Amino acid sequence: MPDSAPRSATRRGPAVVIWVIAGIALALLVLPLLAILLSAPWPRIPALLVAPETLQALGLSVLTAVISTVLCLVLGIPLAVVLARSVAWPVIPRRLLRAAVTVPLVLPPVVGGLALLLLLGRNGVLGRWLAAVGITLPFTTGAVVIAQTFVAMPFLVFAVEGALRGADRRVELAAASLGASPWKVFRTITIPLVAPGVAAGAVLCFARALGEFGATITFAGSYPGVTRTLPIASYLASQNDLSQSIALALVLLVVSVGVLLGLRDRWLPGVRG
Amino acid sequence: MSGTAASAPAALIVDITARRGAFEVTAAFHVVAGRPLALVGPNGAGKTTVLNALAGHLTLERGSILLDGRDVAGLAPEARRIGVVYQDFLLFPHLTVADNVAYGIRMRGTRRAAARAAPLPWLERFDLAAFADRYPHELSGGQAQRVALARALAAEPDALLLDEPMASLDVEVRDEVRADLARHLSEFSGPTVIVTHSPADVAALASEVVVLEAGAVTQRGNWEALRKTPATRYVARLVREGQG
Repeated sequence: MPDSAPRSATRRGPAVVIWVIAGIALALLVLPLLAILLSAPWPRIPALLVAPETLQALGLSVLTAVISTVLCLVLGIPLAVVLARSVAWPVIPRRLLRAAVTVPLVLPPVVGGLALLLLLGRNGVLGRWLAAVGITLPFTTGAVVIAQTFVAMPFLVFAVEGALRGADRRVELAAASLGASPWKVFRTITIPLVAPGVAAGAVLCFARALGEFGATITFAGSYPGVTRTLPIASYLASQNDLSQSIALALVLLVVSVGVLLGLRDRWLPGVRG
Repeated sequence: MSGTAASAPAALIVDITARRGAFEVTAAFHVVAGRPLALVGPNGAGKTTVLNALAGHLTLERGSILLDGRDVAGLAPEARRIGVVYQDFLLFPHLTVADNVAYGIRMRGTRRAAARAAPLPWLERFDLAAFADRYPHELSGGQAQRVALARALAAEPDALLLDEPMASLDVEVRDEVRADLARHLSEFSGPTVIVTHSPADVAALASEVVVLEAGAVTQRGNWEALRKTPATRYVARLVREGQG
């Protein structure tokens, strides 16, 4: 590097610029949430929070998000293992697989909901066969779970895949040489090794499922107590009673932020330094 | 190296070709219990490839691996009963020292309660009882090596492989750890193969030597024979280093 003169300037310059831009980015993320807190009708909040509709929507949201998260774990961990191993595949199938897993991240959720409806609706590609045996999914609580699982799955898969790639997987060889079958290696070594990734993925997955709106309202509708989750209830309320909407939004905010803060601290440090 | 069983000593008879990418290694040698064999050679000679092939982490191109008369070449790693001490030990980072050592015992289906107590004699024998509840990242290099050795031997393998056992240790502790290792190896009753490029390892740990260069065996014999008539320039340099 011959041009040593402007080094300190180039070093300092970007540092300041980066701090400023990072500050703007952070403000963009945090200020809207602050606005909720500032405009909340605090005296009325307690009454709005214990209103039957609020509790009903909250209960439904938590229940469906928990079931979706479990589904994402059961289905997503094996998918993450396959995705992590796909680095050895030929280019085209490898990219197709990665694209398929990424689709729900980039697809507008409403489109995802429509796609689910066209697949599993009463006259859908698979739905007509399900209808023939008496199973109707759209506009049921089951549909809420499917919509949430659809949009939340990539969060779990990518978190676990990242952990799988980061872990030194040669310890799996050591386990095999000690007499562990591939299944035992997976259960006793691979899964514990990626536990931080699984935990982080599950938290993100739950938060995403809890906030799911577009795919849910398209595929599952908005029936109180059946498919009307907190985000949907909050949106509907915003059409006529903004303070009710803010109260519901506050609940969502507290639950998601609480889950993020609480679980991360409990999981991440203890597992591996 | 004292007498083991009354019957003929256990033997490992290797005659293999293995491939890693475009690189092919052919090696034939045999090891008997009580006379550990050092597999030496320059970097990239194929030593680790041979070790991985013996452990079952690499499929053979052809050949056989006879361990006490049974050919294990077609078996999965978990069925071979060949213990391995890896270069960087590959301890399980999420398990305590005791659980690392107990891992092989548990995989052999010992009941949980029995397995709880089972690692204790091994921990004591390897001077690890005080570290039973520590995690691998809390250990020194020498301690980690003892855990790796205890873990491999606790699974009661029929043969033992060591990959560059001193390479990840600090230079100051190597002599002490090596003497310790020699003592533990002398208590093991199966064939032992030590991959190394260090003449000090060969002198302290091995009775026989096989030299591997560019994927082929160039010399075999004991250290004395290598010193008297080195077959290649590499061997000549190796024995000179060992004298210095």
